Amino acid sequence: MAGVSVSQGLVGPGQVEFELHINGKYLTLRVDPRTTLLDALREHLGLTGTKKGCDLGQCGACTVHINGRRVLSCLSLAIAHENDEIKTIEGIADGARLNPIQSAFIECDALQCGFCTPGQIMSALCLIKEASIAIPSYATWNVASPPRLSELSDDEIRERMSGNLCRCGAYPNIVDAIRGFVAAARSR
Amino acid sequence: MRPIRYVKCDTTRQAVHAVESTPGAIFFAGGTTLIDLMKLDVMTPQTLVDIRKLPFLDIQMDEKGVHIGANVSNSQLAWDPLICQRYPALSEAILSGATTQLRNMATAAGNIMQRTRCSYFRDVYSSCNKRDPGSGCSAINGINRGHAILGTSKSCIAMYPSDMCTALVIFDANVRIQKRDGSIRRIPLNDFHLLPGDTPNRETVLKHGELITHVDLPHSPFARNSHYLKVRDRASYEFALASAAVAIDLDGNTIRSARIALGGVATKPWRCFDAENELSGRAPTQESFNTTAELALAGANPQKGNKFKIELAKHTLITCLGEVVERIRSLPAERAIA
Repeated sequence: MAGVSVSQGLVGPGQVEFELHINGKYLTLRVDPRTTLLDALREHLGLTGTKKGCDLGQCGACTVHINGRRVLSCLSLAIAHENDEIKTIEGIADGARLNPIQSAFIECDALQCGFCTPGQIMSALCLIKEASIAIPSYATWNVASPPRLSELSDDEIRERMSGNLCRCGAYPNIVDAIRGFVAAARSR
Repeated sequence: MRPIRYVKCDTTRQAVHAVESTPGAIFFAGGTTLIDLMKLDVMTPQTLVDIRKLPFLDIQMDEKGVHIGANVSNSQLAWDPLICQRYPALSEAILSGATTQLRNMATAAGNIMQRTRCSYFRDVYSSCNKRDPGSGCSAINGINRGHAILGTSKSCIAMYPSDMCTALVIFDANVRIQKRDGSIRRIPLNDFHLLPGDTPNRETVLKHGELITHVDLPHSPFARNSHYLKVRDRASYEFALASAAVAIDLDGNTIRSARIALGGVATKPWRCFDAENELSGRAPTQESFNTTAELALAGANPQKGNKFKIELAKHTLITCLGEVVERIRSLPAERAIA
Protein backbone atom coordinates (compact mmCIF):
# COMPACT_ATOMS: atom_id res chain seq x y z
CA MET A 1 0.00 0.00 0.00
CA ALA A 2 3.11 2.21 -0.03
CA GLY A 3 2.15 4.13 -3.16
CA VAL A 4 -1.01 5.62 -1.73
CA SER A 5 -0.46 9.25 -0.80
CA VAL A 6 -3.81 9.36 0.94
CA SER A 7 -2.77 6.70 3.41
CA GLN A 8 -3.61 8.90 6.40
CA GLY A 9 -7.28 8.50 5.52
CA LEU A 10 -7.03 4.83 4.61
CA VAL A 11 -8.78 2.56 7.11
CA GLY A 12 -9.29 -1.18 7.47
CA PRO A 13 -9.33 -4.03 7.14
CA GLY A 14 -10.35 -4.50 10.77
CA GLN A 15 -12.23 -2.40 13.30
CA VAL A 16 -12.66 1.34 12.77
CA GLU A 17 -14.30 3.76 15.18
CA PHE A 18 -16.57 6.52 13.91
CA GLU A 19 -19.84 8.32 14.66
CA LEU A 20 -23.17 8.18 12.91
CA HIS A 21 -25.90 10.81 13.29
CA ILE A 22 -29.11 8.80 13.62
CA ASN A 23 -32.57 10.12 14.57
CA GLY A 24 -30.97 13.28 15.98
CA LYS A 25 -28.39 11.51 18.15
CA TYR A 26 -24.67 10.96 17.65
CA LEU A 27 -23.88 7.28 18.14
CA THR A 28 -20.37 5.83 18.26
CA LEU A 29 -19.73 2.69 16.29
CA ARG A 30 -16.75 0.33 16.09
CA VAL A 31 -17.05 -1.90 13.02
CA ASP A 32 -15.20 -3.23 10.00
CA PRO A 33 -15.37 -0.86 6.96
CA ARG A 34 -17.33 -3.42 4.94
CA THR A 35 -20.23 -3.25 7.43
CA THR A 36 -23.41 -2.10 5.73
CA LEU A 37 -25.53 0.61 7.28
CA LEU A 38 -28.27 -2.02 7.69
CA ASP A 39 -26.02 -4.34 9.73
CA ALA A 40 -24.67 -1.38 11.71
CA LEU A 41 -28.22 -0.37 12.68
CA ARG A 42 -29.48 -3.85 13.49
CA GLU A 43 -26.43 -5.66 14.87
CA HIS A 44 -24.43 -2.87 16.47
CA LEU A 45 -26.83 -0.09 17.46
CA GLY A 46 -29.91 -2.05 18.52
CA LEU A 47 -32.12 -0.32 15.96
CA THR A 48 -33.92 -3.41 14.66
CA GLY A 49 -36.96 -1.60 13.23
CA THR A 50 -35.20 -1.48 9.86
CA LYS A 51 -35.59 -4.96 8.33
CA LYS A 52 -33.28 -7.19 6.32
CA GLY A 53 -35.28 -8.78 3.51
CA CYS A 54 -33.13 -9.70 0.52
CA ASP A 55 -29.91 -7.87 1.50
CA LEU A 56 -29.29 -7.31 -2.24
CA GLY A 57 -31.24 -4.14 -3.01
CA GLN A 58 -34.26 -5.92 -4.43
CA CYS A 59 -37.01 -5.64 -1.77
CA GLY A 60 -36.94 -2.25 -0.02
CA ALA A 61 -37.44 -3.63 3.53
CA CYS A 62 -34.25 -1.84 4.64
CA THR A 63 -35.33 1.64 3.43
CA VAL A 64 -34.06 4.51 5.60
CA HIS A 65 -33.63 8.24 4.96
CA ILE A 66 -30.20 9.75 4.40
CA ASN A 67 -30.18 13.56 4.27
CA GLY A 68 -33.92 13.46 3.65
CA ARG A 69 -33.82 11.01 0.74
CA ARG A 70 -35.04 7.40 0.84
CA VAL A 71 -32.22 4.90 0.23
CA LEU A 72 -31.45 1.22 0.76
CA SER A 73 -29.34 0.65 3.87
CA CYS A 74 -28.34 -2.85 2.69
CA LEU A 75 -26.35 -1.37 -0.23
CA SER A 76 -24.86 1.47 1.85
CA LEU A 77 -21.63 1.21 3.79
CA ALA A 78 -21.97 2.64 7.30
CA ILE A 79 -18.55 4.28 7.14
CA ALA A 80 -19.52 6.24 4.03
CA HIS A 81 -22.25 8.07 5.99
CA GLU A 82 -20.20 9.48 8.87
CA ASN A 83 -21.35 13.05 8.26
CA ASP A 84 -24.85 12.38 7.00
CA GLU A 85 -28.19 12.73 8.74
CA ILE A 86 -29.79 9.29 9.01
CA LYS A 87 -33.41 8.66 9.94
CA THR A 88 -34.92 5.26 10.67
CA ILE A 89 -38.44 4.03 11.49
CA GLU A 90 -37.61 4.54 15.20
CA GLY A 91 -37.22 8.28 14.59
CA ILE A 92 -40.44 9.28 12.84
CA ALA A 93 -43.00 9.33 15.68
CA ASP A 94 -43.33 12.33 17.98
CA GLY A 95 -42.83 10.61 21.34
CA ALA A 96 -45.92 8.48 21.92
CA ARG A 97 -47.77 10.19 19.05
CA LEU A 98 -47.49 8.19 15.87
CA ASN A 99 -46.50 9.83 12.62
CA PRO A 100 -49.72 10.46 10.62
CA ILE A 101 -48.57 8.03 7.93
CA GLN A 102 -48.19 5.31 10.59
CA SER A 103 -51.77 6.01 11.68
CA ALA A 104 -52.94 5.88 8.06
CA PHE A 105 -51.35 2.42 7.65
CA ILE A 106 -53.14 1.20 10.79
CA GLU A 107 -56.49 2.70 9.75
CA CYS A 108 -56.31 1.10 6.31
CA ASP A 109 -55.00 -2.25 7.60
CA ALA A 110 -52.09 -1.76 5.19
CA LEU A 111 -50.13 -4.78 6.38
CA GLN A 112 -50.41 -8.43 7.15
CA CYS A 113 -47.20 -9.90 8.60
CA GLY A 114 -45.66 -6.43 8.99
CA PHE A 115 -42.11 -7.32 7.97
CA CYS A 116 -42.03 -4.91 5.02
CA THR A 117 -43.98 -2.20 6.88
CA PRO A 118 -41.09 -0.09 8.28
CA GLY A 119 -39.64 0.13 4.75
CA GLN A 120 -43.06 0.87 3.25
CA ILE A 121 -43.61 3.70 5.75
CA MET A 122 -40.15 5.22 5.30
CA SER A 123 -40.69 5.08 1.54
CA ALA A 124 -44.22 6.55 1.73
CA LEU A 125 -42.95 9.50 3.82
CA CYS A 126 -40.51 10.43 1.07
CA LEU A 127 -43.08 9.80 -1.68
CA ILE A 128 -45.24 12.48 -0.07
CA LYS A 129 -42.31 14.86 0.32
CA GLU A 130 -41.22 14.31 -3.31
CA ALA A 131 -44.74 14.75 -4.68
CA SER A 132 -45.18 17.98 -2.74
CA ILE A 133 -42.41 19.52 -4.86
CA ALA A 134 -43.97 17.97 -8.02
CA ILE A 135 -41.40 15.64 -9.54
CA PRO A 136 -42.20 13.14 -12.32
CA SER A 137 -42.24 9.32 -12.21
CA TYR A 138 -42.31 6.76 -15.03
CA ALA A 139 -46.12 6.84 -14.69
CA THR A 140 -46.11 10.55 -15.61
CA TRP A 141 -47.20 11.02 -19.24
CA ASN A 142 -45.35 14.32 -19.71
CA VAL A 143 -42.29 14.51 -17.45
CA ALA A 144 -42.13 18.28 -17.97
CA SER A 145 -45.52 18.60 -16.30
CA PRO A 146 -45.52 16.33 -13.22
CA PRO A 147 -48.60 15.94 -10.98
CA ARG A 148 -48.93 17.80 -7.70
CA LEU A 149 -49.37 15.88 -4.45
CA SER A 150 -53.15 16.33 -4.57
CA GLU A 151 -53.26 15.04 -8.17
CA LEU A 152 -51.45 11.73 -7.57
CA SER A 153 -53.32 8.90 -9.29
CA ASP A 154 -53.25 5.34 -7.97
CA ASP A 155 -50.94 4.45 -10.89
CA GLU A 156 -48.56 7.19 -9.75
CA ILE A 157 -48.66 5.93 -6.14
CA ARG A 158 -48.00 2.33 -7.25
CA GLU A 159 -45.09 3.34 -9.49
CA ARG A 160 -43.56 5.51 -6.75
CA MET A 161 -43.91 2.69 -4.18
CA SER A 162 -42.60 -0.04 -6.50
CA GLY A 163 -39.31 -0.24 -4.61
CA ASN A 164 -41.04 -1.83 -1.62
CA LEU A 165 -42.19 -5.41 -2.09
CA CYS A 166 -44.88 -6.99 0.11
CA ARG A 167 -45.00 -10.80 0.01
CA CYS A 168 -48.38 -10.78 1.82
CA GLY A 169 -49.83 -8.67 -0.98
CA ALA A 170 -51.12 -5.79 1.13
CA TYR A 171 -50.62 -3.47 -1.85
CA PRO A 172 -54.25 -2.32 -2.30
CA ASN A 173 -54.43 -1.24 1.35
CA ILE A 174 -51.00 0.42 1.18
CA VAL A 175 -52.23 2.47 -1.80
CA ASP A 176 -55.41 3.25 0.21
CA ALA A 177 -53.33 4.44 3.18
CA ILE A 178 -51.24 6.77 1.04
CA ARG A 179 -54.23 8.05 -0.93
CA GLY A 180 -56.09 8.65 2.36
CA PHE A 181 -53.12 10.44 3.87
CA VAL A 182 -52.87 12.69 0.80
CA ALA A 183 -56.60 13.49 0.93
CA ALA A 184 -56.45 14.23 4.67
CA ALA A 185 -53.41 16.48 4.16
CA ARG A 186 -55.32 18.37 1.47
CA SER A 187 -58.28 19.05 3.78
CA ARG A 188 -56.08 20.11 6.72
CA MET B 1 -18.07 -9.88 1.77
CA ARG B 2 -14.27 -9.94 1.77
CA PRO B 3 -12.25 -7.55 3.96
CA ILE B 4 -11.63 -4.13 2.41
CA ARG B 5 -9.68 -0.96 2.90
CA TYR B 6 -11.57 2.29 2.56
CA VAL B 7 -10.55 5.88 1.95
CA LYS B 8 -12.50 9.10 1.35
CA CYS B 9 -10.93 11.50 -1.16
CA ASP B 10 -11.34 15.27 -1.26
CA THR B 11 -9.72 15.92 -4.64
CA THR B 12 -9.86 14.28 -8.05
CA ARG B 13 -6.07 14.13 -8.19
CA GLN B 14 -5.97 12.30 -4.88
CA ALA B 15 -8.67 9.85 -5.97
CA VAL B 16 -7.13 9.09 -9.35
CA HIS B 17 -3.71 8.62 -7.77
CA ALA B 18 -5.12 6.37 -5.05
CA VAL B 19 -6.77 4.00 -7.54
CA GLU B 20 -3.96 4.13 -10.10
CA SER B 21 -1.25 3.29 -7.59
CA THR B 22 -3.15 0.59 -5.75
CA PRO B 23 -3.75 -2.79 -7.37
CA GLY B 24 -7.24 -3.99 -6.52
CA ALA B 25 -8.51 -0.46 -5.82
CA ILE B 26 -11.77 0.79 -7.28
CA PHE B 27 -13.78 4.03 -7.28
CA PHE B 28 -16.82 3.96 -4.99
CA ALA B 29 -19.82 6.30 -5.24
CA GLY B 30 -23.47 5.14 -5.13
CA GLY B 31 -22.45 1.54 -4.49
CA THR B 32 -25.66 0.03 -5.88
CA THR B 33 -23.81 -2.28 -8.27
CA LEU B 34 -20.56 -2.58 -6.35
CA ILE B 35 -21.85 -3.53 -2.88
CA ASP B 36 -24.35 -5.94 -4.46
CA LEU B 37 -21.63 -7.70 -6.48
CA MET B 38 -19.18 -7.68 -3.55
CA LYS B 39 -21.75 -9.55 -1.46
CA LEU B 40 -22.05 -12.13 -4.26
CA ASP B 41 -18.21 -12.34 -4.48
CA VAL B 42 -18.42 -11.36 -8.18
CA MET B 43 -16.42 -8.17 -7.62
CA THR B 44 -13.58 -8.48 -5.14
CA PRO B 45 -11.86 -5.09 -4.80
CA GLN B 46 -9.37 -4.74 -1.95
CA THR B 47 -9.65 -0.96 -1.57
CA LEU B 48 -12.64 1.32 -2.06
CA VAL B 49 -11.77 4.91 -2.95
CA ASP B 50 -14.81 7.00 -2.01
CA ILE B 51 -15.31 9.79 -4.55
CA ARG B 52 -18.71 11.06 -3.39
CA LYS B 53 -17.17 14.25 -1.97
CA LEU B 54 -15.63 15.23 -5.30
CA PRO B 55 -17.31 18.35 -6.70
CA PHE B 56 -19.10 16.83 -9.70
CA LEU B 57 -22.54 17.41 -8.23
CA ASP B 58 -24.19 19.87 -10.62
CA ILE B 59 -26.07 19.99 -13.88
CA GLN B 60 -24.94 23.08 -15.76
CA MET B 61 -25.83 24.58 -19.11
CA ASP B 62 -23.72 26.85 -21.31
CA GLU B 63 -23.49 27.64 -25.02
CA LYS B 64 -21.99 24.20 -25.74
CA GLY B 65 -24.69 22.17 -24.05
CA VAL B 66 -25.64 20.57 -20.77
CA HIS B 67 -22.93 19.22 -18.47
CA ILE B 68 -23.85 16.55 -15.95
CA GLY B 69 -21.49 15.97 -13.03
CA ALA B 70 -20.44 12.36 -12.48
CA ASN B 71 -21.81 12.39 -8.92
CA VAL B 72 -25.24 13.75 -9.83
CA SER B 73 -27.71 11.16 -8.56
CA ASN B 74 -30.02 9.42 -11.02
CA SER B 75 -33.00 11.03 -9.21
CA GLN B 76 -31.51 14.51 -9.40
CA LEU B 77 -30.91 14.06 -13.13
CA ALA B 78 -34.34 12.59 -13.91
CA TRP B 79 -36.17 15.26 -11.88
CA ASP B 80 -34.21 18.24 -13.21
CA PRO B 81 -36.66 20.60 -14.97
CA LEU B 82 -34.06 21.39 -17.65
CA ILE B 83 -33.68 17.68 -18.51
CA CYS B 84 -37.46 17.05 -18.34
CA GLN B 85 -38.10 19.89 -20.78
CA ARG B 86 -35.15 19.59 -23.14
CA TYR B 87 -34.29 15.87 -23.05
CA PRO B 88 -37.51 14.13 -21.91
CA ALA B 89 -36.36 10.68 -23.12
CA LEU B 90 -33.43 10.88 -20.70
CA SER B 91 -35.70 11.63 -17.75
CA GLU B 92 -38.14 8.90 -18.81
CA ALA B 93 -35.36 6.35 -19.30
CA ILE B 94 -33.88 6.96 -15.86
CA LEU B 95 -37.31 6.91 -14.19
CA SER B 96 -38.07 3.58 -15.91
CA GLY B 97 -35.08 1.96 -14.22
CA ALA B 98 -34.82 0.59 -10.67
CA THR B 99 -36.70 2.45 -7.90
CA THR B 100 -36.60 5.83 -6.19
CA GLN B 101 -34.41 4.41 -3.41
CA LEU B 102 -31.84 3.09 -5.89
CA ARG B 103 -31.99 6.19 -8.10
CA ASN B 104 -31.36 8.37 -5.03
CA MET B 105 -28.13 6.43 -4.43
CA ALA B 106 -26.87 5.69 -7.95
CA THR B 107 -24.80 8.34 -9.74
CA ALA B 108 -24.61 9.33 -13.41
CA ALA B 109 -21.15 7.83 -13.87
CA GLY B 110 -22.09 4.75 -11.85
CA ASN B 111 -25.10 4.15 -14.09
CA ILE B 112 -22.78 4.11 -17.14
CA MET B 113 -20.45 1.68 -15.34
CA GLN B 114 -23.20 -0.70 -14.15
CA ARG B 115 -22.58 -4.39 -14.83
CA THR B 116 -24.75 -6.89 -16.66
CA ARG B 117 -27.62 -8.69 -14.90
CA CYS B 118 -26.70 -12.04 -16.59
CA SER B 119 -27.49 -14.59 -13.89
CA TYR B 120 -24.41 -16.66 -14.79
CA PHE B 121 -22.18 -13.60 -14.39
CA ARG B 122 -23.76 -13.01 -10.96
CA ASP B 123 -23.27 -16.65 -9.88
CA VAL B 124 -19.63 -17.46 -9.11
CA TYR B 125 -20.30 -21.22 -9.48
CA SER B 126 -21.15 -20.82 -13.19
CA SER B 127 -18.73 -20.50 -16.10
CA CYS B 128 -18.53 -16.92 -17.35
CA ASN B 129 -15.99 -15.41 -19.72
CA LYS B 130 -16.79 -11.92 -18.47
CA ARG B 131 -16.14 -12.72 -14.80
CA ASP B 132 -13.53 -15.45 -15.30
CA PRO B 133 -11.93 -15.15 -18.78
CA GLY B 134 -11.56 -18.47 -20.59
CA SER B 135 -13.99 -20.36 -18.36
CA GLY B 136 -16.72 -20.47 -21.03
CA CYS B 137 -20.22 -19.04 -21.35
CA SER B 138 -23.02 -20.77 -19.47
CA ALA B 139 -25.65 -18.51 -21.03
CA ILE B 140 -25.23 -19.56 -24.67
CA ASN B 141 -26.63 -23.03 -23.99
CA GLY B 142 -28.40 -22.05 -20.80
CA ILE B 143 -31.39 -19.97 -19.80
CA ASN B 144 -30.96 -16.97 -22.06
CA ARG B 145 -34.40 -15.39 -22.24
CA GLY B 146 -33.10 -12.03 -21.01
CA HIS B 147 -29.85 -12.01 -22.98
CA ALA B 148 -28.66 -9.93 -25.93
CA ILE B 149 -29.46 -10.55 -29.60
CA LEU B 150 -27.32 -7.70 -30.99
CA GLY B 151 -23.57 -7.25 -30.59
CA THR B 152 -23.06 -10.76 -29.20
CA SER B 153 -20.02 -13.01 -29.67
CA LYS B 154 -19.15 -16.68 -29.21
CA SER B 155 -17.73 -15.72 -25.83
CA CYS B 156 -20.55 -13.67 -24.36
CA ILE B 157 -24.20 -12.75 -24.89
CA ALA B 158 -24.64 -10.66 -21.73
CA MET B 159 -27.13 -7.80 -22.08
CA TYR B 160 -26.02 -4.30 -21.11
CA PRO B 161 -28.82 -3.09 -18.83
CA SER B 162 -28.66 0.73 -18.56
CA ASP B 163 -31.84 2.54 -19.57
CA MET B 164 -30.10 5.88 -19.06
CA CYS B 165 -27.36 5.12 -21.61
CA THR B 166 -29.90 4.01 -24.22
CA ALA B 167 -31.34 7.53 -24.07
CA LEU B 168 -27.95 9.28 -23.75
CA VAL B 169 -26.62 7.79 -27.01
CA ILE B 170 -29.43 9.31 -29.09
CA PHE B 171 -28.37 12.73 -27.76
CA ASP B 172 -24.72 12.17 -28.85
CA ALA B 173 -23.53 12.34 -25.25
CA ASN B 174 -19.80 12.51 -24.54
CA VAL B 175 -18.05 11.04 -21.51
CA ARG B 176 -15.42 13.32 -19.96
CA ILE B 177 -12.58 11.39 -18.38
CA GLN B 178 -9.78 12.53 -16.08
CA LYS B 179 -6.67 10.65 -17.20
CA ARG B 180 -3.95 9.44 -14.87
CA ASP B 181 -1.59 12.28 -15.93
CA GLY B 182 -4.24 14.85 -14.97
CA SER B 183 -5.30 15.65 -18.54
CA ILE B 184 -8.85 15.30 -19.81
CA ARG B 185 -10.13 13.17 -22.67
CA ARG B 186 -13.62 13.09 -24.17
CA ILE B 187 -15.17 10.01 -25.73
CA PRO B 188 -18.55 9.68 -27.41
CA LEU B 189 -20.69 7.47 -25.16
CA ASN B 190 -21.40 5.40 -28.27
CA ASP B 191 -17.70 4.42 -28.33
CA PHE B 192 -17.26 4.10 -24.57
CA HIS B 193 -18.53 0.53 -24.12
CA LEU B 194 -16.76 -2.28 -25.95
CA LEU B 195 -18.36 -5.16 -27.81
CA PRO B 196 -17.63 -8.45 -26.01
CA GLY B 197 -15.68 -10.10 -28.86
CA ASP B 198 -13.11 -12.50 -27.42
CA THR B 199 -12.55 -10.34 -24.33
CA PRO B 200 -15.94 -9.77 -22.64
CA ASN B 201 -14.08 -9.02 -19.39
CA ARG B 202 -13.06 -5.70 -20.99
CA GLU B 203 -16.25 -3.65 -20.91
CA THR B 204 -15.19 -0.03 -21.49
CA VAL B 205 -12.29 2.04 -22.80
CA LEU B 206 -11.42 3.21 -19.26
CA LYS B 207 -7.97 2.33 -17.98
CA HIS B 208 -7.32 1.50 -14.32
CA GLY B 209 -7.30 4.82 -12.45
CA GLU B 210 -9.11 6.85 -15.09
CA LEU B 211 -12.17 8.62 -13.70
CA ILE B 212 -15.39 9.80 -15.36
CA THR B 213 -15.98 13.38 -14.21
CA HIS B 214 -18.87 14.53 -16.45
CA VAL B 215 -21.32 13.53 -19.11
CA ASP B 216 -21.68 16.29 -21.72
CA LEU B 217 -24.86 16.64 -23.79
CA PRO B 218 -24.61 18.88 -26.84
CA HIS B 219 -27.57 21.16 -27.55
CA SER B 220 -29.91 19.36 -29.88
CA PRO B 221 -32.57 21.07 -31.97
CA PHE B 222 -35.07 18.26 -31.50
CA ALA B 223 -34.08 16.54 -28.24
CA ARG B 224 -37.35 17.97 -26.88
CA ASN B 225 -39.18 15.64 -29.25
CA SER B 226 -37.83 12.49 -27.66
CA HIS B 227 -39.36 9.55 -25.86
CA TYR B 228 -38.31 6.32 -24.11
CA LEU B 229 -40.45 3.19 -24.05
CA LYS B 230 -39.58 0.13 -21.98
CA VAL B 231 -41.16 -3.35 -22.20
CA ARG B 232 -40.62 -5.86 -19.39
CA ASP B 233 -42.16 -8.66 -17.34
CA ARG B 234 -43.45 -6.31 -14.62
CA ALA B 235 -44.86 -2.78 -14.89
CA SER B 236 -42.10 -1.40 -12.66
CA TYR B 237 -38.79 -2.26 -10.98
CA GLU B 238 -37.57 -4.64 -13.69
CA PHE B 239 -34.92 -4.60 -16.39
CA ALA B 240 -35.97 -4.24 -20.02
CA LEU B 241 -36.71 -7.16 -22.32
CA ALA B 242 -36.70 -4.49 -25.00
CA SER B 243 -36.69 -0.71 -24.95
CA ALA B 244 -36.41 2.11 -27.43
CA ALA B 245 -35.19 5.70 -27.23
CA VAL B 246 -36.30 7.91 -30.09
CA ALA B 247 -36.05 11.56 -31.09
CA ILE B 248 -37.69 12.96 -34.21
CA ASP B 249 -37.37 16.24 -36.08
CA LEU B 250 -40.77 16.54 -37.73
CA ASP B 251 -41.52 19.14 -40.38
CA GLY B 252 -45.22 18.98 -41.14
CA ASN B 253 -45.66 15.42 -42.34
CA THR B 254 -42.01 14.81 -43.16
CA ILE B 255 -39.35 13.43 -40.83
CA ARG B 256 -36.32 15.64 -41.34
CA SER B 257 -34.10 13.60 -39.08
CA ALA B 258 -34.39 10.84 -36.48
CA ARG B 259 -32.35 9.34 -33.64
CA ILE B 260 -32.94 5.76 -32.56
CA ALA B 261 -31.38 3.46 -29.95
CA LEU B 262 -32.44 0.12 -28.52
CA GLY B 263 -32.02 -1.20 -24.98
CA GLY B 264 -32.53 -4.59 -23.37
CA VAL B 265 -31.43 -6.42 -26.52
CA ALA B 266 -27.75 -5.57 -27.01
CA THR B 267 -24.36 -5.99 -25.38
CA LYS B 268 -23.86 -2.18 -25.22
CA PRO B 269 -26.02 0.93 -25.74
CA TRP B 270 -27.28 0.28 -29.28
CA ARG B 271 -27.60 3.22 -31.65
CA CYS B 272 -29.34 2.30 -34.95
CA PHE B 273 -27.80 4.53 -37.63
CA ASP B 274 -29.19 2.59 -40.63
CA ALA B 275 -32.69 2.78 -39.21
CA GLU B 276 -32.29 6.52 -38.61
CA ASN B 277 -31.21 7.10 -42.22
CA GLU B 278 -34.17 5.08 -43.46
CA LEU B 279 -36.59 7.41 -41.68
CA SER B 280 -35.20 10.74 -42.84
CA GLY B 281 -37.29 12.30 -45.58
CA ARG B 282 -40.14 9.83 -45.00
CA ALA B 283 -43.61 10.47 -43.65
CA PRO B 284 -44.33 9.14 -40.13
CA THR B 285 -46.50 6.22 -41.26
CA GLN B 286 -46.94 2.66 -40.05
CA GLU B 287 -45.20 1.50 -43.21
CA SER B 288 -42.09 3.64 -42.73
CA PHE B 289 -41.93 2.65 -39.04
CA ASN B 290 -42.16 -1.05 -40.00
CA THR B 291 -39.30 -0.73 -42.49
CA THR B 292 -37.24 1.16 -39.91
CA ALA B 293 -37.81 -1.55 -37.29
CA GLU B 294 -36.81 -4.29 -39.77
CA LEU B 295 -33.53 -2.47 -40.41
CA ALA B 296 -32.87 -1.89 -36.69
CA LEU B 297 -33.09 -5.64 -35.98
CA ALA B 298 -31.49 -6.83 -39.24
CA GLY B 299 -28.29 -7.99 -37.56
CA ALA B 300 -29.96 -9.86 -34.71
CA ASN B 301 -28.44 -13.18 -33.69
CA PRO B 302 -30.77 -14.79 -31.15
CA GLN B 303 -30.38 -17.87 -28.97
CA LYS B 304 -32.94 -20.57 -28.25
CA GLY B 305 -34.52 -18.66 -25.38
CA ASN B 306 -34.64 -15.12 -26.74
CA LYS B 307 -35.84 -15.34 -30.36
CA PHE B 308 -39.00 -13.56 -29.23
CA LYS B 309 -36.94 -10.43 -28.59
CA ILE B 310 -36.63 -9.73 -32.33
CA GLU B 311 -40.38 -9.21 -32.76
CA LEU B 312 -40.68 -7.61 -29.32
CA ALA B 313 -37.95 -5.06 -30.06
CA LYS B 314 -39.45 -4.23 -33.47
CA HIS B 315 -42.85 -3.58 -31.96
CA THR B 316 -41.34 -1.62 -29.07
CA LEU B 317 -39.59 0.64 -31.56
CA ILE B 318 -42.66 1.00 -33.79
CA THR B 319 -44.83 1.87 -30.77
CA CYS B 320 -42.25 4.33 -29.45
CA LEU B 321 -42.05 6.07 -32.85
CA GLY B 322 -45.84 6.33 -32.96
CA GLU B 323 -45.97 7.71 -29.43
CA VAL B 324 -43.33 10.35 -30.05
CA VAL B 325 -45.18 11.61 -33.14
CA GLU B 326 -48.42 11.68 -31.15
CA ARG B 327 -46.69 13.66 -28.39
CA ILE B 328 -45.16 16.17 -30.80
CA ARG B 329 -48.61 16.82 -32.25
CA SER B 330 -50.43 17.01 -28.91
CA LEU B 331 -48.03 19.05 -26.82
CA PRO B 332 -47.78 22.84 -26.79
CA ALA B 333 -45.81 24.24 -29.68
CA GLU B 334 -42.81 25.25 -27.58
CA ARG B 335 -41.90 21.62 -27.07
CA ALA B 336 -42.20 20.80 -30.74
CA ILE B 337 -39.98 23.58 -32.04
CA ALA B 338 -36.20 23.78 -31.91
